[in-house]
Amino acid sequence: MTKQLIFTAAMLVTLTVFAFSMRKYFLYFRFTKPVKLEKFPKRFRSLFAVAFGQTKILRQPVIGLLHAFVYWGFMIILFGSVEMAIDGIFGTERVFSHLGSIYDVFIAGGDIFGLIIAISILIFLFRRLFLHVKRFYGTEMKPVSKADANIALSFIFLLMVTLVGMNTFYLLDVREAGHEAAGVYPISNYLTSYFSQLPLNQIYFWHEFNWWAHILLIFIFANILPYSKHFHVFMSVPNVFVSSVEPLGKLETMESIRKEVSLMLNPNAQLSNDNQNVIPKFGVSDVDDVSWVNYFNALSCTECGRCTAVCPANITGKLLSPRKIMMDVRARMKEKGPGLVKEGIGFSDGKSLLGGYISEEELWACTLCNACAQECPVNINQPSIILNMRRYLVLEKSSAPSGLNTVFTNIENNGAPWQFSSQDRLKWAEEIYING
Amino acid sequence: MENVIKIKVPVIANVFATGRTPEWLFWVGSAGAFDDRYKKVTQAFAKILAFLQIDYAVLGVEESDSGDVARRAGNEMLFQMQVMTNIEIMKAYNVKKIVTCCPHDFNTLKNEYPDFGGNYEVWHHSQFLDKMIEEGRLDKVSNLFENNIIVFHDPCYLGRANQEYEAPRSVLDHVPSIKVEMKRNRSFGLCCGAGGGQMFKEAEKGTKEVFIERTEEALATGADIIATACPFCMVMMTDGIKYKNREDEIKNYDIAELLCLAMGL
Repeated sequence: MTKQLIFTAAMLVTLTVFAFSMRKYFLYFRFTKPVKLEKFPKRFRSLFAVAFGQTKILRQPVIGLLHAFVYWGFMIILFGSVEMAIDGIFGTERVFSHLGSIYDVFIAGGDIFGLIIAISILIFLFRRLFLHVKRFYGTEMKPVSKADANIALSFIFLLMVTLVGMNTFYLLDVREAGHEAAGVYPISNYLTSYFSQLPLNQIYFWHEFNWWAHILLIFIFANILPYSKHFHVFMSVPNVFVSSVEPLGKLETMESIRKEVSLMLNPNAQLSNDNQNVIPKFGVSDVDDVSWVNYFNALSCTECGRCTAVCPANITGKLLSPRKIMMDVRARMKEKGPGLVKEGIGFSDGKSLLGGYISEEELWACTLCNACAQECPVNINQPSIILNMRRYLVLEKSSAPSGLNTVFTNIENNGAPWQFSSQDRLKWAEEIYING
Repeated sequence: MENVIKIKVPVIANVFATGRTPEWLFWVGSAGAFDDRYKKVTQAFAKILAFLQIDYAVLGVEESDSGDVARRAGNEMLFQMQVMTNIEIMKAYNVKKIVTCCPHDFNTLKNEYPDFGGNYEVWHHSQFLDKMIEEGRLDKVSNLFENNIIVFHDPCYLGRANQEYEAPRSVLDHVPSIKVEMKRNRSFGLCCGAGGGQMFKEAEKGTKEVFIERTEEALATGADIIATACPFCMVMMTDGIKYKNREDEIKNYDIAELLCLAMGL
């Protein structure tokens, strides 16, 4: 009974703190711009392929497969974690074991993946600590980013050790008592041989220790995540669902501009009554100009750097790093969010995403080649933010590199980026000969 | 010697005046009409269209910039004005099917014009040529390039933007020659450096220009022909070859030109 009480109290604390953290994000989302989700069949397909199927992370087959193991393993282990929570609250023991062979599959899967994940995590840690993997470096990768990664990996490693430990001592415990174990444990069963000499009270102690350590680690980890880049664990699957399902080449149309243009081309068009007196702001200069999908993207970024590693601008030494753009959006909301929540729309702290975090030089270095978006394992669209910040620069500030201003003038005057008369558009067709 | 015939490029207004609506609109694009190098590609494609006796026309002086560069450089206002103007003109001529040699115009016409009511069946010339080859209508191909090594550079707006990686390769496969690939190909392809308006501005400070990085990768394959299917990629690769002082040995062609030359048109 005491155990139940302590467990329930721990779980309530966990859920309360977690709800508090999540509430903050929900409030922040209110200060982002609306986007309507459409094309749901496509979204489900993308969810199955990119999230469950891990198709994009597998573009790097070896290290991608290790990540896929960790992800699939988590999904299976989640089954056991839910069981542990129910057992903890109601004082039951392995409450799902009535499920029979389904239970055996999940528990055996969890036991095997426990080992696979632990090994994968050790490889990840080794790469981060001892190999100089280029994409783990960059101006935006501060010591705190590296510590964040290593802490999260260590947590996962300990979760797996305690999981397999719990299973091992559970097996020894039931064996001593002469019962049959619920579930199948291929890895733990093997490990029991190393501990079978332990006295019964120690077996009991280590089972309890691992059980508590495992579930408490989950509780603590869950509450660290909202403050870590590893928030990705919660955000990435829903992010794949809400991310753009349009072809990468299609940019979002600015409806506010469409109104202006139709008025310009057709002066008799009626202004709709909504927002008649409000002059809309074009593009993005601060974090409350981005769409909620953009911000969702930013919260899902785990700073893996696959985007930056393929960015032609970054490869050739320019300042632009798509990963930094996402980290900047997240950091700026962390800075401005509390003020927005407190004082509402219109709150200003005298700082800005553009200029304060992201420079014009970074924005103009982008070739919009979409290599970053193609590579992102969780379908983040970095070019969307870059483009919308360019739109702000051009439409609100008339601040574009001179070469582009010339292009704009030429297109306006003669319908081509170059200064040629539109009357010469057919000159190419004047002298063409074919061998008939 | 065969007969040399001057071809006449049909202009849609003239065709329309005779009461006919051509099946295809050949969208030439600003680069196709004005860039000296890419004009040759436009001409090569026009020769193939003439050879195939395709029922097509061009907008001619009525065509205006697609707006792709303006949009990607952040000028949504200018982009939308271009879109509306072009859509009005294409509506007047009842345009249904478009073929273009420019992946940027292909992308914007196919994916972005529908937001403004411009719905067309849009083909990139690589897809069009691939289809014609498949139908057996371009079989008269010589061995002109059989000793050449060709490497294809994927245009971002054909590849990643629209998932078309195989059509240009299958056109090249139709031209007897040795084919090689760069390490970064298809969806992993590296941009030539011209996209997003870069073509028209100075590059930001860095350690290298993107087009040099990409040209070096292409040259490392040992190819003597760098094939492209995009006017911007063409400019960048040509510049890269010149920068490397290799213009005597290494040539840069559009897939339509290679086909045209191999067919002796």
